[in-house]
This record gives sequence, structure tokens and C-alpha cells, in this order.
Amino acid sequence: MSNTEQKPLDKVLIICAKGNLEDVYATLVMANGAVMEGIETKVFFTFFGLEGILKKRMDKLHTATVGNPAMRMPGDLPFPTLLGALPFVETGVSAMMRSEMDKLDMPPPSEFLEMITAGGGEVFACKLAVEMFKLKKEDFSDEVKDIITIGQFYEMAGGQNTQIIFT
Amino acid sequence: MVEKTIAGKSINVNEEGYLIDPSQWTKEIAIEMAKEEGLELSDKHFEILEYLREKTAAGEALSIRKVGKSGIADIKQLYQLFPGGPLKLSSKYAGISKPTSCV
Repeated sequence: MSNTEQKPLDKVLIICAKGNLEDVYATLVMANGAVMEGIETKVFFTFFGLEGILKKRMDKLHTATVGNPAMRMPGDLPFPTLLGALPFVETGVSAMMRSEMDKLDMPPPSEFLEMITAGGGEVFACKLAVEMFKLKKEDFSDEVKDIITIGQFYEMAGGQNTQIIFT
Repeated sequence: MVEKTIAGKSINVNEEGYLIDPSQWTKEIAIEMAKEEGLELSDKHFEILEYLREKTAAGEALSIRKVGKSGIADIKQLYQLFPGGPLKLSSKYAGISKPTSCV
């Protein structure tokens, strides 16, 4: 017997544990997309993912130019790892990526977070990671609702059509 | 494609209810479409719909960020005006195609 009934998603919980530009953006795009579809959305930032909600650094995220085999130079040439290790190369490449994203109407993380919460999405920081990195609530974007434990996060996962996504 | 009679006019919509030909759109169609889904359109709603139609006619891609910066309503107000689908629902009532942007 096949089950062909399609049930729309009610809720998504998205976890971001990495602080690279692309990891944080993947989380933000998915979270904002879910909010725009009318899906209840909760986002949990942990470990290096906290970079994506730190007031000081969220709009200056970097992408890795070393150890990133998918990285390409203009003209589709491979990007030599040794070049990526030179001073300022990562900064320059990251700034270029951010400007390319802006052209596609992708906002910087600070504004992305505002868009998510404007639609009713909720953003949380992981208590364990916050303590480990010795951070305080005021270090984070004002859109961060609370600093919570993973247990509290799971408690929010109730309901029939909930998905947890780890980016 | 489905043929549908709405507000006394015969229109063509796709399986999701979006108008195929934006020129078939009238205010009355928008009002009826929204009413079917339990939403009453105000003047503010129509300002947004007009904005969306103008931008689409000019060939510009739409995103919620752009509409939020239109000066008509910010993003929070957009969610209040079109609950559960600020860009999807407004595009539908504006008689334009379903948004293709990821933001």
C-alpha cells in the first residue's frame, strides 16, 4: 500500500553549527524561506554558527579559501590553496561573495535575521556554546530571542509535521 | 490550466490558482480571490498589488526584501497584510505569476 497523501510542513527547526559565510547563509535562506511559506520556524545557532548572530561579526563572515576544493577563480580556473593562504585573500574573496549576493537581493545576516523575526520566526543561541565562548546576551543581534539548552530546543519540536534540519 | 469564472469574468488560472494572463486581472477578481481564501482586501493591500504589478510589468524580479523597501509597508506589515504568504499570496491576488525568488 502506498501513501500518496501530501501533508504540508507545519514547523521546521533549523540548527546552524558552522560559521562560514555559506553555512550561515544556507541557514538564513532556509529559515526565511520557511517563514515566507507560512511554516513555523525556529533557528538554533551553536558552536561556530554563533558567528552568524554576533553583532560584531555577523555581517563580516568569511568563506574558506584554504581547503575548499569547490572554490574557483574568475574564469572558472581552479583556486590554488597556496594562494588562499596569502594575507587578505580570504577577506577579499569573502567581500566579493557578499557583494555578489547583494546583487541577488540577499540581505546581510543582520537584516536577514530581522526579516525572519518580522515574519514570526524565532532565533536562539545555544547555552553551552555561549558559555564556552564566554559570550553574553548583549553580544548577540537584538533578534536573538533567548539563550537556551538543546533540551529546550527539542521541547519546541512538538507537533505532527515538524522537521529538524542540521545545516 | 483551468478556466474559472470569478467576479463575473472568465479567467484562466494554473493549478495553484495564479492567473496565466496578467492582463485579465481586475480589482474585483483580486477581491474575490482573496475572499475565497478568507482575506478581505483593504486600500493598503491594493497599494501592494499595484506595486507588484508595476514592477512585474517593468520586468523586475520581486523579493520580499524589495517590497519591504517599497515604502508602502515594511516586512512585518507585509506579513500582517498577507498572513502565511507575504509574497506568494500578494502575487496571486495581483494576478502575476508565482514568485521565483528564494528571498
